[in-house]
Amino acid sequence: MADVVLEHIVKTYAKGEVKAVNDISFAVEKGELFGLIGPDGAGKTSIFRMLTTVSIPDSGNAKVMGFDIATESREIRKRVGYMPGRFSLYQDLTVEENLTFFATVFNTTIEENYDLIKDIYDQIRPFSRRPAGKLSGGMKQKLALCCALIHKPEVLFLDEPTTGVDVVSRKEFWEMLKRLKALGITILVSTPYMDEASMCDRIALIQKGNIMSINTPQGIIDGFGLSLYAVKARDIYGLLKSFRTDSAVNSCYAFGEYLHLTLHDDANGEKVIQDLVAKYKPEEFEMKRITPTIEDSFISLMNESEKATV
Amino acid sequence: MEAGTNDRVIVCKDLTKQFGDFRAVDHISFEVNAGEIFGFLGANGAGKTTAMRILCGLSYPTSGSATVAGYDVYRQQEKIKANIGYMSQKFSLYENLTVYENMEFYGGVYGLSRADIRQRGERMLDRLGLSSEAKKMVGELPLGWKQKLAFSVAIIHRPKIVFLDEPTGGVDPLTRRQFWDLIYEASADGITVFVTTHYMDEAEYCNRISVMVDGCVEALDTPTKLKKDFNTDSMEGVFLQLARRAKRS
Repeated sequence: MADVVLEHIVKTYAKGEVKAVNDISFAVEKGELFGLIGPDGAGKTSIFRMLTTVSIPDSGNAKVMGFDIATESREIRKRVGYMPGRFSLYQDLTVEENLTFFATVFNTTIEENYDLIKDIYDQIRPFSRRPAGKLSGGMKQKLALCCALIHKPEVLFLDEPTTGVDVVSRKEFWEMLKRLKALGITILVSTPYMDEASMCDRIALIQKGNIMSINTPQGIIDGFGLSLYAVKARDIYGLLKSFRTDSAVNSCYAFGEYLHLTLHDDANGEKVIQDLVAKYKPEEFEMKRITPTIEDSFISLMNESEKATV
Repeated sequence: MEAGTNDRVIVCKDLTKQFGDFRAVDHISFEVNAGEIFGFLGANGAGKTTAMRILCGLSYPTSGSATVAGYDVYRQQEKIKANIGYMSQKFSLYENLTVYENMEFYGGVYGLSRADIRQRGERMLDRLGLSSEAKKMVGELPLGWKQKLAFSVAIIHRPKIVFLDEPTGGVDPLTRRQFWDLIYEASADGITVFVTTHYMDEAEYCNRISVMVDGCVEALDTPTKLKKDFNTDSMEGVFLQLARRAKRS
């Protein structure tokens, strides 16, 4: 059975002028690691706030572990852990005081559920007497996760846990999530980093309050639909400027050291690229066909939805 | 400008900052060339922010030397501030002023004449496609537009160098790339760009990159050369190998 179910959820602010969440439906299965992938303003935080019963939707229904978010908030709050994007820790309390505080609020003790947080807490224990406000970004994030886990929740809501954190700490954090998933905890996590999507069982790509696609990461990539080419030249910015305005080009954008390119005449891609090279004569041109990433899919879906609204 | 530094906008030699017994920045030395896009990378806590604060004239080093735009970080902090631009993820824009009022404010702070502000402001709005939004409150703009506007305002006084501290956090992949178009344009106009980011694909867009580990600059080169030296095909690979050397947290 699904642990989290949303049906036609709508949330607006400023008397209906700002549509934060626009008729969204999806379900997260028990034990699943489900990712909401999208930029700031996509509606991710609004979804988390409704599911954790901090705010109520304008319309639609949602259930967490079978309990209704509108009428059974107390039951839900006992059973879920919530790591908000910001302000979840008391900056002037120490590491240990923060953890004790959250344990006490949920009528438990650090000792009682210590096995659940041990792996994570061991990494910050050397700093247990340091105020939370003086921790580095990566350590703050580990402490916040411990605080969200201390009452042994069955569903974990993590709102952008890795934003602003460096690549090493981000990798470590996802390894921790995999271990929690192995313990059977259902996890709904949001992130603006597209490269983290591949760590999830399933993802929803979300933009401006709408879900553009829900699938496994591989399913999203398989649905890309066009051949994708990576190209580069000595003057890569010059190459970008000429390619993206050319009528043969469907899309062209920077991607690391290469440009990613799709063409209108997809079936004859390599021939079209040869013609482009003959036309613009870039120096030291290189080209290879590649597999799309989640970020390529996101860009393509964004372009489609923008074309559809024009 | 002092002699011999015309083509080097930042010159750092053994720059060090000590807080009590903690050495946040430990004898870093590097140079940044005029018009270059220079990526300044490092894990959280590696000392990037401390180093940037010194280079922006906001904090004094404990020892070592550095000049920014030809001015000395010990004696000429005010000159440095007048000759650089700065933008961080926490924007410096006033949300309850209009787009144009923000331009007037920053242009005024940097001593531009009204005529200059009007002329540069109009061109900027035109380039950003924001002309019809000039009278809108900044608070009403989408995040991506605010970011582009914040960057444009940061270079309204045509500084020699602009410091960008994680400028693209949180925006969608298309807006992030449009932002980099602005960076390339500024660089093509001769403005040196000094940028920090957690997006490793953005590190590839830089001409050269330095990676700080525990207060020291552990690597500095072009992305291509770094990837070759570390025998990996991505900047993420380079970064992971370096950041895992870190001992302090």
